[in-house]
Amino acid sequence: MSAPFTTVAGLAIPLPVANVDTDTIIRIEHLLDNGRAALREHGFAALRLRADGSEDPACALNQADLAHAPILVAGRNFGCGSSREHAVWALEVRGIRVVIAASFGDIFVNNCYQNGVLPVTLEAPQVDALLEEAQARRPLTVSLLEQRITTTDQRHFAFSIGPWQRQRLLSGGDDIALTLADRAAIDAWQRHDRGHRPWIWSAHS
Amino acid sequence: MKPSTLFDKLWRAHVVRELGDGWALLHIDRHLLHEMSGAPALTELMERGLPLRNPELTFATADHILSTAPGRRGDSYAPGAKLWRSLRTHCESLGIRHFDLDSGEQGIVHVIGPALGLTLPGATVVCGDSHTCTHGALGALAFGIGSTEIVHVLATQTLAQRKPRNMRLRFDGAPGTGVGAKDLILSAIGRYGADAGSDYAVEYAGDAISRMGMEARLTLCNLSIEFGAKYGFIAPDDTCIEWIAGRLHAPQGADFERAAAAWRQLRSDDDARFEREECIDASRVAPTITWGTSPEHAMPVDGVIPDPAHADAATAAAWRKALDYMALEPGRPIAGTPIDFVFIGSCTNSRLDDLRAAAAVVGGRKVAPRVEAWVVPGSAAVKRAAEAEGLASLFTAAGFQWREPGCSLCVAANGERVPAGARAVSTSNRNFVGRQGPGARTHLASPAMAAAAAIAGKIVDVRCSA
Ligand code: SF4
Repeated sequence: MSAPFTTVAGLAIPLPVANVDTDTIIRIEHLLDNGRAALREHGFAALRLRADGSEDPACALNQADLAHAPILVAGRNFGCGSSREHAVWALEVRGIRVVIAASFGDIFVNNCYQNGVLPVTLEAPQVDALLEEAQARRPLTVSLLEQRITTTDQRHFAFSIGPWQRQRLLSGGDDIALTLADRAAIDAWQRHDRGHRPWIWSAHS
Repeated sequence: MKPSTLFDKLWRAHVVRELGDGWALLHIDRHLLHEMSGAPALTELMERGLPLRNPELTFATADHILSTAPGRRGDSYAPGAKLWRSLRTHCESLGIRHFDLDSGEQGIVHVIGPALGLTLPGATVVCGDSHTCTHGALGALAFGIGSTEIVHVLATQTLAQRKPRNMRLRFDGAPGTGVGAKDLILSAIGRYGADAGSDYAVEYAGDAISRMGMEARLTLCNLSIEFGAKYGFIAPDDTCIEWIAGRLHAPQGADFERAAAAWRQLRSDDDARFEREECIDASRVAPTITWGTSPEHAMPVDGVIPDPAHADAATAAAWRKALDYMALEPGRPIAGTPIDFVFIGSCTNSRLDDLRAAAAVVGGRKVAPRVEAWVVPGSAAVKRAAEAEGLASLFTAAGFQWREPGCSLCVAANGERVPAGARAVSTSNRNFVGRQGPGARTHLASPAMAAAAAIAGKIVDVRCSA
C-alpha cells in the first residue's frame, strides 16, 4: 500500500557512485531489526561512515541541508544485487520519493513501485546535468503528471513511464486488492492449466 | 506467426491478463520461500487476513540465517531462530511443504529447487531472493521478487511484471583446462558490465552451453543478476530433461513423457529477434577472479590489477575506491596475493560437481598454515553424497572445515563472517563492500581456484597448481 504520488519538489542528494548495491544501502543484519527507524540509522552505512565508525562529512547523505531531500541522483546500476525491499524502505525513511539514475537493478525498480517511490531512468549526460544541480543545491521539480523533471532555470528533462505504472503511482493503493478483483480470470487460467500441464499441479506429494 | 524468442513464449504462456504497455499479470507456478524473506511475508498475509491461494504450488526451506556449524540446530543462531520457527509454524498451519532440518532435504533454496524436481522447464518460479535466476538453467522463467511481491503471490498466485527486452549471450568454443562456468560468466560480467543485462531477459546459448552439464548451467545462470539481468535461462535440451527424470517431485512415468514432449518445444525460433546479441569465445577465457567490489571487477588470474589512470573519470573514481577497500595496488599481478580465508559454498558453487572440482585440486595436499578454509555443502543431499564418495574426509584431512548446509559466508547473516581486513577467495556471487562481513575483502572465483588458493595460501592460477 503506498501514498499517491503527484509532484515532488526539493533538493536532490548527489550520489555519483556506480553500482550502489542493496547490501550497501542496508546491511543484511538490519533486516532482522524491528521497525523502520533502524533503517534510517543504518541506511547507507558503508557510504556514510568512515572506517572508525564516525560520519564522513564529505558524504552528501550526511549533510544537514539534505537530511530531508526528497530526490536522489545516483550513479548507474543503482540498487543492483539483493532483492531486499528494505533498500527502498531505507530511502523512504529519509523521505526520498524519486531516484534518478542511468540504470537500475530491475528487482529494485519493482520494489520502488510497490512503495510509491519513482525510479527515473535517463541518459547518462542528463543524469550528469541533474547531478550538477544537486551539487549546487538547486532544487528540482519532478512531475509525474507531466512526466518531466524541471530545474530552477526551467530546463526540462522528460522521462518515460508506462501508463499503467504511472496510474498506480498516481492513485497509490493496494495491488493485491486490485488483483483479487480479477479472481475469476485467475480461476479460469488455472482451470485450463490443470488440464494442459498436469505436472505443474502434482508436485506437492 | 511472428518468430518468437524462448522468453516471449514463456512469458506469453503465463499471461493471465494483459495490463497494457508491456505489463502483464503472470501466473506463478512455483513459489519458493526461505525464512528470511518468506517468514515475514507469511506473517503479513495472516495479519491482513488473506488466504494463501495455492499451498500446493508453494514450498519452503530455511537457509539464510541458520548456523552452519557442525551439529547445528534451527535455533543455534539465536537471531535467526525466531524466523526459522515462524516459517515452520506458518507452513504447518497453511499446508505448505517445508523442507525442514529434520526432513533430510533442507538446503539453499536455489540448490534444492532444481535438485528436488520442483523447478521444471517452462515453469514460472519466484522467490524473495535475487538469485532465483539460477533456476533458469532448467528453462524456467525464474526471477527474484521483493517483500510486497511475495505477499502478492501468496494471496493471488500471480504477479504484475513488465516484459523486459531480449538478449542472447552465446558462448562458443571449448573452454581450456581449469576454466568452467564460473569463469565464463565472470568474464562476461567483466567485459560487458554489472548492468549489461539491466532490463533484459538473457538467454544463454552456444556450443559451450550445449556441452555443459546441468550443475555448471546452474552456476552460470546464478550470476545473471550480477550481470544485471533479473532473468537468465537456457533452453531445455536432452541433457536437461534427462537430469530431471526421476527427481523426487518431478513428474513420473507417463506424466513425465507428456511433460518432456512439451519441454522439447521450448526454444527460440531460428529467426527470432533479440534486441542485443553478444558472443564470447569460450576457448579464450582464462580462469577468472575478481579484484574489486563489483562483480564487473573481474580479470584473468594471470593478469595485472587494473590501473585507474587508464580509465575514464567516473570509472577511475570507482576503481580507486575499490582498490583502497581491497588493499591492492594497480599494475601488480593478482596471482601471488596472500589470502586468509577460503569459502567454498553458496547457491553458485555448492553442488556435488563443485565439491568434486575443488577436491580434485586439493588431492592429498593440505590447506596452507594460517588460512581458514570452509566447505559448506548446498544441501543435506549434497552433504550426504559428498560424504558417501569420500569428498568430506578428503577436505577435513586437508584441514578444511566441513559444515552443515546453508548460505553461511556468502551473506554473513548468520553470525558467520570473514573477519574485518581479512582477504577471502570465495565461490559465492557477490564481492560487495562488507558482504562477507564488515571490512572483509572478497575475491570471487571458481571452486577449483578457491581450492588452489587454500593450498597455496595465496591467489594462484589453478593451471599452475599441481
Ligand atoms: S547462498 Fe548467498 S546468494 Fe545464494 S541464496 Fe544464500 S545468501 Fe543468497
